[in-house]
Formats: sequence, structure tokens, C-alpha cells
Amino acid sequence: MTRKLLTGNSAAAWGARLAQVDYIPAFPITPQTEIIENLAAWIDRGEMPARLVTLESEHSMITAAGSAASSGVRAFTATSSQGLLYGMEMIYTVAGWRTPFVMVNVSRGLASPITLESDHNDIMAARDSGFLQIHCATCQEIADSILIAYRLAEHTQVRMPAIVNLDGFYLSFTREPVDLADASKARAFVGEYDPENLQFRGNSPLSQAMAVLGGGPYSYFRYEMHLALQHALSVYDEVVDEFAEIFGRRYDMIDCYQMEDAEYVFVMVGSFSTKARDAIDSLRAAGRKIGLLRPRLFRPFPQAQVRQLLQGRRAVAVVDQNISMGMGGVLHSEFATALYGASDAPLLASYIGGLGGRNISQQEFFAIADELQQASEREVAPPPRLLYTEEELTEMRKLQAIAQAEHAEIHQH
Amino acid sequence: MFRIRFHGRGGQGMKTASRILGSAFFMAGYEVQDAPRYGAERRGAPIFAYVRAARSTINERGIINHPDLVVVADDTLVGMPAAGVTQGMDENTLLLINSHESAQTWGQRLNTRARILILAAQEEVEDRAELPYIGSRCAAAAAALTRVISREFLIAALNEELAHLNDEVIKGNRDIALVVFDEMATQADLVNEGVQASASDYVRPKWIDLPFERAEISNIAIHAAATSVKVRTGLWRTMRPVINYDKCSGCSWICSTYCPDGAINVRDDGYPEIDYEHCKGCLICVAQCPPHAIESIAEQVARGQENGATP
Repeated sequence: MTRKLLTGNSAAAWGARLAQVDYIPAFPITPQTEIIENLAAWIDRGEMPARLVTLESEHSMITAAGSAASSGVRAFTATSSQGLLYGMEMIYTVAGWRTPFVMVNVSRGLASPITLESDHNDIMAARDSGFLQIHCATCQEIADSILIAYRLAEHTQVRMPAIVNLDGFYLSFTREPVDLADASKARAFVGEYDPENLQFRGNSPLSQAMAVLGGGPYSYFRYEMHLALQHALSVYDEVVDEFAEIFGRRYDMIDCYQMEDAEYVFVMVGSFSTKARDAIDSLRAAGRKIGLLRPRLFRPFPQAQVRQLLQGRRAVAVVDQNISMGMGGVLHSEFATALYGASDAPLLASYIGGLGGRNISQQEFFAIADELQQASEREVAPPPRLLYTEEELTEMRKLQAIAQAEHAEIHQH
Repeated sequence: MFRIRFHGRGGQGMKTASRILGSAFFMAGYEVQDAPRYGAERRGAPIFAYVRAARSTINERGIINHPDLVVVADDTLVGMPAAGVTQGMDENTLLLINSHESAQTWGQRLNTRARILILAAQEEVEDRAELPYIGSRCAAAAAALTRVISREFLIAALNEELAHLNDEVIKGNRDIALVVFDEMATQADLVNEGVQASASDYVRPKWIDLPFERAEISNIAIHAAATSVKVRTGLWRTMRPVINYDKCSGCSWICSTYCPDGAINVRDDGYPEIDYEHCKGCLICVAQCPPHAIESIAEQVARGQENGATP
């Protein structure tokens, strides 16, 4: 075992390198650019036999990745935040092509106002596109998930593109020990790209039904994408079992921590979930039966597994690092759907925090645990909470005073 | 767990310092997390980087709020609120300042419960953004003060993290880092590993229900003019452009037009004037002035002169 210190971005680049990718269409955006820089340096030094092309936008970049995958080469690309949104038309489009490739998204909050730090509204915007989604919590998981994502995306029973998501700053620029997979074992695990009937070639003409009129054919193609993603659930299990056998690291679709006897549960995705692990250790030391449930696989969503894992628990706090305006936490809605109608379902509470990289302190986790216990005693879930403190509002008021936010009101009266 | 923060200016190598220390810890068998904090990562601007090291998996993430050790490469940052040097320091914190001044002097200046140690500053250089070897010196000092990193691991970490530089530069860094390491190895004041927050005795966060406020208030409009004036980017400056009005031809536009920050105003009499609250010291004006009427001097020399000290 040779572990080395790598940033999340380096781990992502290593994942692509170990997956033997052929083609990398690229466009820079903070905090993702380091991935592309790493790959470019390796290619330049002759250490990686691949072609990297800089495109003029994410829209073109995603088109190029999908097109390349159609023509028989293994493609990789990466983006973040505004870049993902700029390419969104093509995210949905290439998913409909049923072309398998892997894209890394380095999560970063969305404008307006613009920010550099992480939350999950960018990746949630791609939720319904047809892309498979794997969410990472550590740098180790990033490198490994890219290998797993290629296997899953390229599987003949799936054949959909995949996004591997990691948090900006908290993982992208943070070095952690990473055990890189042995190159020959990784090659054997991922295998050769076999594009089958997707192969566009000059000597065997083929076209795509890019446009269909009438709901019947359209519904057929859309339903088939949905069914392919649902099918990916069982394929995922096969792939990660094989991965664990070869590399000794398990990546169940739902990562459970201290769940065996847990009466209370934190639900989170991404790197902030490790903060919850620390809080759970402290809460357990204080005699509290609490655990963490972290979906790694977010699309397809493991509904049945969620239901099975949460039945019989007292109360669950879903901590969303995103916000669906006018509705609330996206993860919370999905968990409510998964649990609806289940006998013995736990109380479900919604917390929103970590927007734009805002910290969620250990004390906040402890306070959430307290609220869960009180909710359980009263047998009613607390109202959704937007994590915000008095100190933060005081600081905000100072900024508003500088901006003279009351100006507009003065003129109105 | 060890929680260590490095503060310096862009160009002084704080990210490298955090990586050298991170790698040294890792070689010593520790689990490690190191990261720079990017923002205005420009030359001269205050930046910081941090290292966590523990015997077990590190789950804590993000900025270190309660540091066990704070290392300051440039003492001009200590009193600068935007640099956040003193943030979260308490009686457990050891504050190591690279300075010509004594721990007593800093103790009197700072209202802090932290213990203060001095890393004796080397000979002054003209441009502070180029303080030689400071990243390696800070990393070596931190390594020694933890008492868990050997000389050998420090050397190996320096070699690894500086491998992209030429052999002579690496040797220079290594030699000077080892001098600091040996010096700090005799210090009685050490870094204490901080503890994890307790769930049985904690201060409840002061959560509030954010009130609904009408869009006139809650949109992102800034009604006040020139709010950027409040951001004193002049603090980033390590070199100061100074106009020699005897030489200035009063062309009235070249330096002010080239200034990328709009920090040179033209007075009513047609002569330019530099706004030192906001000049970042890029020295483009020095390069552009046709009669060479603008020269650059070291910022700390200029400040010394302002304070009446002899340079």
C-alpha cells in the first residue's frame, strides 16, 4: 500500500489517468481547473497517452465529450457551478444519446450573488438529466469513484453518462492521504471501452433520431433512460463488489456510520458528512444512539434501501447543502418520498446549511441531535430550519449598512 | 489532533509551508489534511494555509477555528484585521511570529491569552513578498515545536515538496530550515494537541429564524456609492511607488490611465497623486512614466520614515 497526499483535484486527475481515458475536452473554471492542469502536464510529458483539447465553452465541451464517446473513445471532462449550468442544454442532450463518459463536477454555489465556495445547488440542477451521480466525501473516494463510474456508465445494461461530484475547497484544494489503485489492476477493472452499436464510423454510416414528433416515440426514449438508471442500481452493487474484491475498499450505494443501533440519524451527502461523523463520535461518547446515512449514489436514488435502513428509527435529520427555492431541501424531499407510506417510518426533519461553504459547527450538529430527541418525545417533527445564527445576521446588517440597503425604502415613503 | 495555521502574504510560500509540514507529519505516521485558503491570492495580499495531523482518520474539515499553533511569516499582518491572524486563539494557542521584535513587545501590543514565541527574523529584504526561505523556515519551526517530527522527516519533506526547484535552491532551503529546526527544538513552549468538542457540555448555537424582508431590502443592490473604497487593498503593498514631483512633467494621464486599480488621481493642477489606501504596489506606473518620475521603495522603509524612524 503506497498512500500519498493528494488534493481532491489531483485525485480526480489520477482517476481519469487510471481509467485510461483517451480524450479530454476541457474548459477552465475555479475550483476545477487543477484537474485539467494535472492531466495536461502528464500528457505533455508523455506520461499519459490521451488527447486534451481546450474548447470555447462548457456547452461545446460536453458536446465534444458525448460525441467522442459515440465515436468509440473513452472520454473524460470536468466542470463546476456556472460552467455546469452553461453546459446544461448539452447535459440533457448527451444523456439522451446514451453515450457513456464520466464528468467530474467540483461543487460550488451558484450566482446570484456569485461565490467560489461549495454547496450542491449546481449538481442538483443536473439531477433530472439522466446522468448517473456519485457523491464523494473524501479524496480517496474521488479517485476510486471515477473507476467505478466508468464501469457503471459503460455497462451494457446501463449505457448512460456519469457525474462524479466533489466539494470545492473542502476537497478540491485539500490534500489527504490517498491509496492510488495499481495501474494494471485499474486497467483490468475498468476494461476496454466497448462502444458497441454507438460507434459512428465513416465506413459504416449511422444517424441518430435527434428529433421525434409525437409523444409516443418521445415517451419511449425518455422512459427507457429512466429504466436504464433504475437498472443501474443492481449493476452498481455488482461493480462495487468487484471493486472491493480487487482493491479492498467498499463503496456501498449508501454509506452507513454507527447505524446498527441508531435511534437517531443524520442524512447528508458530500464532504460535510465527515463533520457529522465527528459529531456522532462525540454524541456517542455522551451516550446518544445516533448514526449517519450518506447516499453515495444519488442518481439512481436508492429508494428501497433508504426505506429499509430507516424503518424503525425514531427521528431523522436531513441536512441539505442545497435549497430548492419555494420548497426546501432537495434531499429532504427525496427522503420523504422514499419513506411515504412506510410502516414504522421515523420522524423526518429538514435542516439547510453549508450554503456557499458556510460551516456547520459541531455545536450545530449537537443541537440538531437535541431537537431530534425532543421531536421524538413530542412525536412531531420540528419545522424546517435554515441554519443561521444571530452573529451571522449581525454581520449581514453591517454589510447592509454599508450598502445602504434601506435607501430604497426611504424613497418609497 | 494538531491544528496549525500559517499566515503570510501572497508570494511568501505559505501553501508550500503547509505542504512541507503536512508531508513531514505524514512521513512520521500521521493522518494529514493540508490546504491553502484561496481568495484574493495575489502577491502581497494576506493569505493563510493550514494543516491538521492526527493518529486516526481526520473528519474535521475547513478553516481551523481553534488553532493550536499559529505561525506568522510577516509580522506586518499581525495587527491587520483582514488577515485574521488572531482569530480563534486562546490560552492553548502558541503564536510564533517571524519578527525583529521581542515576545514581550508583541505581548504588550496584542490583547491575547496565547503564548508568544519569536522566530528571529533574518536580515530585512527590500520586497517583503520575496522574503527568502520563509516558507521553509516556518514549516521547520512548526515541525520542531510539535516534537513529533524528526530532522530526517523534515529533510525528506523539504526534498519532496521543493523537488521542482534546482538542487542549489533546495539545499539552501534545507540548510536554513535545519538551523531553525535545531533552534526551536530547544524551546520549552510546545504545541499542545487540541481536543474534540464535547456533546455533553456545549454552548448551543444562537440560531435565529431569519425574518422575511421585502426585496427592496433583501436584494443584492448596493445603493451607496464607491463602497470599494472601504476595502483597503493598500495593505497588500510590499513595494511603494513614490512620485518625484521635480521630475514629473504633469502629462496628466499616463500613470493614472495605466493604473489597473484607479489608485492614481489627477489633481486640479494637473499633477498625479497616488492613493496609498488602495495602491497595491504593482509598480506599473513606475514602468510607464515617460520621464521616470516615479520610483519604488520598500513599503516597510516608507512606513518607518512616516513614523519618524531612520530607515
